[in-house]
Amino acid sequence: MKAEDWRKMGLKDEEYQLITEVIGRDPNFVELGMYSVMWSEHCSYKNSKEVLRTFPTKGERVLQGPGENAGIVDIGDGLAVCFKIESHNHPSAIEPYQGAATGVGGIIRDIFTMGARPIALLNSLRFGTLEDARARYIFNGVVSGIAGYGNCIGIPTVGGEVYFDPCYQGNPLVNAMCVGLLETDKIKRGQASGMGNPVILVGARTGRDGMHGVTFASEELSAASEEKRPAVQVGDPFMEKLLLEACLELIYNDDVVGIQDLGGAGLTCATSEMASRAGTGLEIELDRVPCREQGMTPYEIMLSESQERMLMVVLPEKEEKVHEVFRRWGLTSTTIGHVTGDGILRVRMGGKVVAEVPARSLAEDAPVYCPAFVEPAYLRTTAQLQLAEIPDLGDAEKVLLQLLSAPNIASKEWVWQQYDYMVRTCTVVLPGSDAAVLRLRGTKKGLAMTVDCNSRYVYLDPYLGGKIAVAEAARNLVCSGGEPLAVTDCLNFGNPEKAEIFWQFRKAVEGISEACLAFATPVIGGNVSFYNETNGEAIYPTPTVGMVGLLEDVEKRCTQEFKAEGDLIVLLGETYDELGGSEYLATVHGKVAGMPPALELNKEKALHKLLLDAIGKGLLKSAHDLSEGGLAVALAECTFGNNIAATVELQTNGLRSDSLLFGESQSRVLLSTAADKVELLLALAVQENVPARVIGKTGGQKLSLTVDGREVINLSLDNMMSAWREAIGCLLK
Amino acid sequence: MKFGVVVFPGSNCDLDAYHLVKDVLGQQADYIWHQEENVSAFDCLILPGGFSYGDYLRCGAIARFSPVMKSVVAFARSGGLVIGICNGFQVLLEAGLLPGALYRNLCLQFRCLFTHLKVENRQTPFTGGIEPGRLLKIPIAHGEGNYYADADTLRRMEANGQIVFRYATADGEVTDTANPNGSLYNIAGVCNEMKNVLGMMPHPERAGEAALGSEDGRLIFQSILKSWEGSR
Repeated sequence: MKAEDWRKMGLKDEEYQLITEVIGRDPNFVELGMYSVMWSEHCSYKNSKEVLRTFPTKGERVLQGPGENAGIVDIGDGLAVCFKIESHNHPSAIEPYQGAATGVGGIIRDIFTMGARPIALLNSLRFGTLEDARARYIFNGVVSGIAGYGNCIGIPTVGGEVYFDPCYQGNPLVNAMCVGLLETDKIKRGQASGMGNPVILVGARTGRDGMHGVTFASEELSAASEEKRPAVQVGDPFMEKLLLEACLELIYNDDVVGIQDLGGAGLTCATSEMASRAGTGLEIELDRVPCREQGMTPYEIMLSESQERMLMVVLPEKEEKVHEVFRRWGLTSTTIGHVTGDGILRVRMGGKVVAEVPARSLAEDAPVYCPAFVEPAYLRTTAQLQLAEIPDLGDAEKVLLQLLSAPNIASKEWVWQQYDYMVRTCTVVLPGSDAAVLRLRGTKKGLAMTVDCNSRYVYLDPYLGGKIAVAEAARNLVCSGGEPLAVTDCLNFGNPEKAEIFWQFRKAVEGISEACLAFATPVIGGNVSFYNETNGEAIYPTPTVGMVGLLEDVEKRCTQEFKAEGDLIVLLGETYDELGGSEYLATVHGKVAGMPPALELNKEKALHKLLLDAIGKGLLKSAHDLSEGGLAVALAECTFGNNIAATVELQTNGLRSDSLLFGESQSRVLLSTAADKVELLLALAVQENVPARVIGKTGGQKLSLTVDGREVINLSLDNMMSAWREAIGCLLK
Repeated sequence: MKFGVVVFPGSNCDLDAYHLVKDVLGQQADYIWHQEENVSAFDCLILPGGFSYGDYLRCGAIARFSPVMKSVVAFARSGGLVIGICNGFQVLLEAGLLPGALYRNLCLQFRCLFTHLKVENRQTPFTGGIEPGRLLKIPIAHGEGNYYADADTLRRMEANGQIVFRYATADGEVTDTANPNGSLYNIAGVCNEMKNVLGMMPHPERAGEAALGSEDGRLIFQSILKSWEGSR
């Protein structure tokens, strides 16, 4: 074997050395390929493992934490919710439609592999600014890819977030999350147990697509990346729909011992991980694998990332029945081998053994690195924001309209109206509110779900930004009436071999961990995506937080829009002179600087408790979290749903007026409540020690905002609405 | 009354239709697998939405060759009630049970949103229970719902009352802005000459409960019930 062979596959010299030690000889070409994909960052987490261990992962409700295909949380009455988020950034950068579509397909397989019926999809998307033609092309392609896959397979896409920033110009982020529902006694795991049990491969034929996809995902992007287009797989949602139904039928009937999908690193990953988890070995024959074309080599078959394939271990007496069920669903299934007791993954083709290595060594024995880390130099510059140098707020109306039409704040209707968010008729809070809410048929319960991350905050302070991402996700759930259960995260960063990037990663994980501990929402799974760089430039560190919350009574759900004229508007929380990292500062003053707003976890927790109490007692008509654009933008957003405007009076009390209107201080929520319930609400707030103030009244067709007795905003709903609603569509024309 | 919900490979609104007629309206319902050849046990057949066979050829073009379709056609020809929703509508067109065709949406994108439907003919088994002037708020979710028929066919359909629903504004005006997909004359649903087969792009099964944002879809199924009871 020549050094250039393993280097080309992304292995370091010392990693090759380690392989020869593990197997006691030089690997052959097939084996080298298998190690190279399994020991890639994407599969082995070799750079991140040590840091990820610091996440809180346990909790009373947790039935399955990290390490399996997806995490699972108990929601009572014999039911559990299974969810996970995963990135598909690199494929989407060069082939947006298929990259995004197969990202959705992959995360759906992770959920039904666990025995759960997928009930909802969410996504977190980030692109370059829409003035750039390639960014528009990627944005368009990604959205149609998500729609193409999710709509066809019939799982509603109910929520998500979309951001635009120049840092994502060459490297967009496409993070897909899937939520599934299952009965607690039907959990399946990816384990190949039981010596002699047959191993069945089902689904699409194996082709030459997606070779070395995981290796590609573990490198920086460059001009040469376009040549890696063949590393992007092509999705077939119809095939996956059949697989989904057939696999769930078999799982419900208890016909499956272990099951795993074939995603990154294909057959190599599925076989070695299933055997490794069960402490067994596997023997497979590649001649039996149905291929798309003749003459595929063992190397190609073992490394192919062709989509829509599953590997299943069943009892010998169930083998025929399982094939029969797959046949009824029009699927091709083949027994390709069996479970052994020697811990070896043995691969045969044409009567010869073409690979023979310990399964565990592929799945578990990748080297673990502790990369160096150092505080990034840029932080010294960005932290130097002098508020005094920011000119006073001029025309507040103009600024509000400017922010409402800023792509990061503007309505994302252009995106979500391309998604089927209603199929399965359980979506009771549609896209556009703080969190999506689904009812659970046959029960009174509901699930609230959201994905959140303000990556500008994380860039300016990774630790605080990480904390805020969790707090905002939890706040969104709570505003909908859901009690936060657990977290799945998608950690998108640059090249971890650069010390400044790894510092960002460590700090963000620290912040996320701390917030998760405080809210008792353990991390039950997720994904790390490194090497998000183009020509050496990293994206903002973007640890996306996916969170699911439980509503014991879905009838008590709450949404953000004002419901009736004459209700009182209450602001919870304190506003400070905090403009660092705000959308206002970026959009109006062109600055990404300062420290993100402070976050006190105790105050945030008190706020959550108050909100859940108040919603439970029926005191609220609406609740909306304050985020990008601050109070004025949140007010405008509350007026849109039912076309009910508001009159609001504010005092600066020594604050800058831009901080008051557009600052993004944390732990704040805007409520509306009937006049006869406001006393109860305020009393409850006092009890929970949450600052609460009546700031105005709903009604009319104009938003009137007075600061210190002077009206600074008087805008018609139509005016605000058209700025907010048409912005993204206009930028695409 | 007993409803049969036909399940093609790739159907994905079968559950929703089943749920509405069974759990919400309290009727009998069963799924009919696409390889079934006998549908005589049912009083009304529902061809649900979804992506039969992935819609990889023309929408509905493969599903019409499913074994079950022979008996669906026979059932319809003998006067049985058949309603095709979204992909089900596409299958009925391909099977020749309804006139016209569906193109890609004019915007060339999938659209999921609430629409308002003006009821153009209340003298059908699917609309007989709807009060005059009542608009229906029912969502659409499709990429290929742009209805087309040639001028002669359209004239015949108009004369014979086969245009059942048109997209309208919330005030009931049939205008271009209310047209979500470019359908000719805002056509959202049509029936056959005998009026026992209805095809519509909007999803009434998604508008059957207040929690989903509208209960208007029920009116169509209640009309079916009323017509069936009257015919017994």
